[in-house]
Amino acid sequence: MIDRGKRDFVRMTALGALAALGGVPRARAAGTATLPFGNGERPLVAYPGKRPLLQLTARPPQLETPFSVFDEGAITPNDAFFVRYHLADIPTEIDPQAFRVAVQGHVERPLQLSLAELKAMPGSEIVAVNQCSGNSRGFFEPRVAGGQLANGAMGCARFTGVPLKAVLDKAGVTAGAVQVAFEGLDGPVLPETPDFAKALTLDHARDGAVMLAWAMNGQDLPWLNGFPLRLVVPGYYGTYWVKHLNSITVLDKPFEGFWMKTAYRIPDNACACTEPGKAPDKTVPIARFNVRSFLTNLADGAQVKAGRVPLRGIAFDGGSGIRSVEVSADDGRTWSPARLGQDLGPYAFRTWTAEADLTPGGHALRVRATGNDGGTQPMAPRWNPAGYMRNVVETTHVQAA
Amino acid sequence: MSSIPLPLAASLALAAALSTTVAHAAPDTYALPEPTAQFRPAPDAAHAAGFQAAQEACMTCHSADYIAMQPPKKGQAFWDAEVTKMIKVYRAPIAEEQAKAIAAYLGATY
Repeated sequence: MIDRGKRDFVRMTALGALAALGGVPRARAAGTATLPFGNGERPLVAYPGKRPLLQLTARPPQLETPFSVFDEGAITPNDAFFVRYHLADIPTEIDPQAFRVAVQGHVERPLQLSLAELKAMPGSEIVAVNQCSGNSRGFFEPRVAGGQLANGAMGCARFTGVPLKAVLDKAGVTAGAVQVAFEGLDGPVLPETPDFAKALTLDHARDGAVMLAWAMNGQDLPWLNGFPLRLVVPGYYGTYWVKHLNSITVLDKPFEGFWMKTAYRIPDNACACTEPGKAPDKTVPIARFNVRSFLTNLADGAQVKAGRVPLRGIAFDGGSGIRSVEVSADDGRTWSPARLGQDLGPYAFRTWTAEADLTPGGHALRVRATGNDGGTQPMAPRWNPAGYMRNVVETTHVQAA
Repeated sequence: MSSIPLPLAASLALAAALSTTVAHAAPDTYALPEPTAQFRPAPDAAHAAGFQAAQEACMTCHSADYIAMQPPKKGQAFWDAEVTKMIKVYRAPIAEEQAKAIAAYLGATY
């Protein structure tokens, strides 16, 4: 295990040399996409089980969904769903028959549950958005370090599984427990690197909505989205949705791991923001999504026919559900309500439709959503050093003729 | 398999029995595409050692596209901080002299 990093490096270097000579099959590159910020060129690469997606990084894989996919409807297809790993020792061989998830720690009956045992329990289903904490980071100004994503590190799917509460009840949480920690099969290359692990409060873990999911849109989870089992934390950023979930540990004190205590933290204030360029005084772990909305049928810079132009898109929030969506064809001076589409539940993408009367010339189209909790989107972008939680009212410039 | 040779027919029958009773004996596998991105060459001879060190150290844990996608021209302090983070936070075993050369190369090249 100690030699792991060195071994992998040697293997990689050798493969790199072979690949340069044309001896190793490479990912199918299907062209390039250019995101609208510096160093935004991305190869479009089709991984096994995925259509061509924007490849941020290859090892470990980080793949962004092309934004046009979100115009296809409220459900993001499995082969288009974004991928985000932190550490490069990701599993490439899993036996679903032998797979077990351990439930341990402060429980009366430690368990090793097979997929068959989980599937025999009373199940649950939810349509929920998963969004990377750093979705849209590439648009931060001043720019910040990290995964340079446009708006495609989000997706909405129907998840099938079993409530985490039922699994915890089966194990019997003992008195004094306060948190539950989660780990997956993926791990670091070097054993010294902090392994990826996340935690939820016990109350959150037992809210009945958090689930262990084995299916996504009626199919087994895609490999890169956590096959064969992942945590689904509706309304919360993807960092909590631990993939390849094989360990659930009930704790009697708060989890102190790097990925909770140091990483994935936001300024401890109402806007989760700081003055651009400034570090926050105090931080808290990132948690629930703020409200966002997007126009999906027109891209920035689109040419349209002057007159009545149909608009459509999606909106979502952290689980209160979308109350309203408004559109503006004059850069936010006047607004008109959009019609909301089918309600797939408070955690799902909510589609919307509207029209704009566009005279010949340039127009700045804007879209703003409000949640049932009253939360809405700021007209100007907020900033924080990690590039998290962007939810500015989006602007799409179009030219009518 | 047993070292005692079985008649061919018996072997085939055994294999058939195994394949029907153990439906999913084989684990599922995933063929992860290999990375192809390379580090940009050093802009000058003064950064050649840093270029070499970056290829050796950084690619132990991640592909070179992690660097190429970062915002352009962020300056030396940005890259100093990144290299420090890799050592202090992710425990990359990089000696101080090597770390300085890597950071200087990154600052001069990206």
